[in-house]
Amino acid sequence: MAEAERRTIYEKSCCGRRAFSLPALDVAEVPLEELVPAGLRRAAAARLPEVSEVELLRHFTELSTLNFGVETGSYPLGSCTMKYNPKVNEVACRLEGFAGLHPYQPEALAQGALELMYELEQWLAEIAGLARTTLQPAAGAHGELTGLLIMRAYHEAQGRTPKRILIPDTAHGTNPASVVIAGYEPVAVPSDARGGVDIEALKALLDVDIAGLMLTNPNTLGLFDENITEIARLVHEAGGLLYYDGANSNAVLGISRPGDMGFDIVHFNPHKTFSTPHGGGGPGAGPIVVRDILEPFLPVPLVEKAENGRFFFEYDRPRSIGKMRTFVGNFGVLVRAYTYIRGLGPDGLRRVSEMAVLNANYVLEGIRDLFDVPFERRCMHEFVVSASPLKQHGVRALDVAKRMLDYGLHPPTTYFPQIVDEALMFEPTETESRDDLDTMIAALRAIVGEAETQPGMLREAPITMPVQRLDEAEAARHPVLRQRYPEDEGDGA
Amino acid sequence: MDYVPHSPADVAEMLAAVGVGGVEDLFSEIPEQVRRREPLAVPAAVSEAELLGELRRLAAADTPATSLVSFLGAGVYDHYVPAVVDAIVSRSEFATAYTPYQPERSQGVLQTIFEYQTAICELTGMDVSNASMYDAGTALAEASLLAGGQTRRGSIVLSAGVHPEYRQVLATETAGYGPRPQVVDLPEGAATDPQALAAAVDADTAAVVLQQPNFFGALEDLAAVAEVAHAAGALFVVVADPLSLGLLEAPGALGADIVVGEAQAFGNAMAFGGPGLGYMAVTRKLMRRIPGRLVGETVDAGGKRGFVLTLQTREQHIRRQKATSNICSNHALNALAALVHLSWLGKQGLPELAELCARKAAYLRARLLEVPGVDAFTAGPVFREFAVRLPGSAAELVEALVPQGFLAGVPAGRFAAEFDAGADLDGVLLIAATEKRTRAEMDAFVAAVAHHMAGAEVGRG
Amino acid sequence: MADETYPQDLQYHKEHDWVRVDGEDAVFGITWFAQDSLGEIVYVDLPEVGAEVTAGSSYGELESVKAVSDLIAPLAGEVVDVNALLQDEPQHVNDDCYGEGWLIRVRMSAPGQLGELLDADAYKTFLDEA
Repeated sequence: MAEAERRTIYEKSCCGRRAFSLPALDVAEVPLEELVPAGLRRAAAARLPEVSEVELLRHFTELSTLNFGVETGSYPLGSCTMKYNPKVNEVACRLEGFAGLHPYQPEALAQGALELMYELEQWLAEIAGLARTTLQPAAGAHGELTGLLIMRAYHEAQGRTPKRILIPDTAHGTNPASVVIAGYEPVAVPSDARGGVDIEALKALLDVDIAGLMLTNPNTLGLFDENITEIARLVHEAGGLLYYDGANSNAVLGISRPGDMGFDIVHFNPHKTFSTPHGGGGPGAGPIVVRDILEPFLPVPLVEKAENGRFFFEYDRPRSIGKMRTFVGNFGVLVRAYTYIRGLGPDGLRRVSEMAVLNANYVLEGIRDLFDVPFERRCMHEFVVSASPLKQHGVRALDVAKRMLDYGLHPPTTYFPQIVDEALMFEPTETESRDDLDTMIAALRAIVGEAETQPGMLREAPITMPVQRLDEAEAARHPVLRQRYPEDEGDGA
Repeated sequence: MDYVPHSPADVAEMLAAVGVGGVEDLFSEIPEQVRRREPLAVPAAVSEAELLGELRRLAAADTPATSLVSFLGAGVYDHYVPAVVDAIVSRSEFATAYTPYQPERSQGVLQTIFEYQTAICELTGMDVSNASMYDAGTALAEASLLAGGQTRRGSIVLSAGVHPEYRQVLATETAGYGPRPQVVDLPEGAATDPQALAAAVDADTAAVVLQQPNFFGALEDLAAVAEVAHAAGALFVVVADPLSLGLLEAPGALGADIVVGEAQAFGNAMAFGGPGLGYMAVTRKLMRRIPGRLVGETVDAGGKRGFVLTLQTREQHIRRQKATSNICSNHALNALAALVHLSWLGKQGLPELAELCARKAAYLRARLLEVPGVDAFTAGPVFREFAVRLPGSAAELVEALVPQGFLAGVPAGRFAAEFDAGADLDGVLLIAATEKRTRAEMDAFVAAVAHHMAGAEVGRG
Repeated sequence: MADETYPQDLQYHKEHDWVRVDGEDAVFGITWFAQDSLGEIVYVDLPEVGAEVTAGSSYGELESVKAVSDLIAPLAGEVVDVNALLQDEPQHVNDDCYGEGWLIRVRMSAPGQLGELLDADAYKTFLDEA
């Protein structure tokens, strides 16, 4: 098929074509000037598309074929947990009793939703091993900020104003960014030779000015920090709190609970661990669970249950940090997480982690001779290898990743964490079959072979995708961030 | 139920390949003292049919606003979402895809975000839109951080006409960092007095913020406040209802530097308030400071047109502690829904829809104000929402009308803490009319209100 | 991109800036090593004329597609000129880092600080050891 230049929906628009239908006006047609003063009325209509319904559907359907979803193939992105998104969740969240709720409608008319939230809060508290949950934050990073603001409120209530938060050098970028927005200074803690927090370095950094430590366990190297109880003890003794970044919870469901490890605040990513879809970048959610000493500071409102069994939102919480977002949370996302947990039960949840860890170890075993394995340890649900042995052929981790696309796979995470050179971070998840994993291993073996024999081809990969490698430098130097029209060109837009 | 594909034979072979005796060995590095041995105390697994039965039971315990004659608004609106939206957003290639960090295999996601960014720019009259945000409250907080960073000033002046929840979120999120918010009360009639704002603006003001239409539905004088802000060297931030922009002038044409808001009304179910669709758009000058993801157009190695995430060095995953925001995810799927809805409405349909809502709201308002005892709270022109003052409790009226199948509106009294202590909001009701409300429904509602007021009078007599 | 060179007539700083003295002024830029590490430069954020720079402190930022880097001043002074060409064509920093890719010109406030800079050979040794 001849390749026509890709067109935006604006470029496909024409001459008064339309898709919409609207009800007829059934009240008096008052002149617009009487409704809105001339000075506030729109001079020119927004240049939205002009397409028929069929053209609209074809346009978006075609665009969907250019994408790669979990149902397209394997998606071993480390720290993203690209597991299967169950279709029953999609049915559940679309029920009118959930989708049709207005956030300000009387609570008596939303008892089902409130019960769902109340139960989900309890289940997350149980999974975390801590006391009280808020479903309010809109994303993991948002949960981090919420947790840090709670830490701040707690310390202030104790009459303390420590200024710094410790973060391992393997941390996800949202951690230090959240720390800054919360008004703290991030301080990096190095990792030791086994990939865990360097205890001696940690001790040297713990002083009265430490508000807390943010960790994920297992960490972004996919390794469980065996010293976690000692780390928790040291931080608590110094007067700090421990924050658990729940991005890697898929390794430890029903196996080990962050509350039992010593953490005081935990956030979960339902769009990772609890199977809610990634949507091309969102929406997600970032519920957090806290130890009872921190409960008073949770954002308002909390979901409560009265003596008579009625559920309600409690707004009268004088020590709360306030409100982290409008309304009560990404309810539509939370319905999916609820459905997932309810369907799996305790055995299903534990099996998730058992199989996620087994799958990761199986893939690692199949490819360890091809790459450098930076830490000789049991990996959990994900692992990191280094593609530096391929440098001798002039091939980098980026090239391996791009070539995987030609093999019908999504690449792993690349160049993260920063402490491993030419890092490739694989997280197969528990929903990949053994055949899928064998296919992935075979592809990687083939690609490493190509590094020796056809390095030039690898550096241009992918070669079978809808587009080749894109000029990202030009996109950043001279950004074109919207449709351009000839009539706009005059004003340097 | 269980989504793990492995049979026991698979597991046995894989364990052998890994070189361990059993699954338990995989967790040998976890110290026993933090191992959980008892099963988690959550309900036991059920089959898919039973699961759905459970969810249906919960949903049936709700009476959603969409099943009643609803006049609820205050930031979330009950508009008709065309069938094409769900047909497209439920495609798994859109719904289950990750963030488009591998652009060669994500051109669909990237192009739809580019088209969404364009639509927001067109509506708001601004140069650059990001790929969406969580909601209007957090978008406002981000706008405040942006203004603070750009001007290096320490305060932000807001009209009390900005939604009380947005103001609460702003105060909470910027408690540790960024400009201090300062709120200026609304005068009688509920429209902001530009002079009152001007009196609060000084050399330390990073930005001045108005909402259009404001929380009580009043149409604000954007041009006048733009002047106030710019004269003081501050940025002008507008929180704009995007559907109103089908009828109202674009904030970009009236001097806005940053426009944020909630775009749930396009393509997204109300869903108890989330996930919605926060948006942010800025002038070209602020392009390198805008938070969130951005998609840009470029070419590939063969000269073919393509799209990529760009200006990523603004974002947390590269800047880390130098980031100006911690936002990571966007509401991509909600943005796609909005784009589809806006494309379905199109250049002609959006103004028609906006006019339809405005006319219905005007009709309802006029008829309600004819009811003895119902007074105007919002004085001047409005778009699709307005406030009235009742002699008694607005919350009581709302409750009384539920059995008759009406959700009368949002009682403003629930937000009393975010307004001037002297403003008695108990009797104030916020009422919205979308294109879904028929004349017959509105007439029946007015009659019900009149009846309730008369009964109340009798009760008080 | 140009080949790896470190001109003899320039002085160097451990934070990878070079310095060309011109009377009372000093011109700053980044070395071949720095531009190579960063990759293709997409944006240059420089101070305004009249701004003060302090030796050892950040005076601006360079952005490539995948990284942001602070520019650390080798000397103190007042900014008297800024390379406006880089606004629209930042790639000069990669292609000609000692010529067209110059960043700022300052009027030195403490010329004695020049004594603390490295010559080309000492800088090359420093790179080898790092």
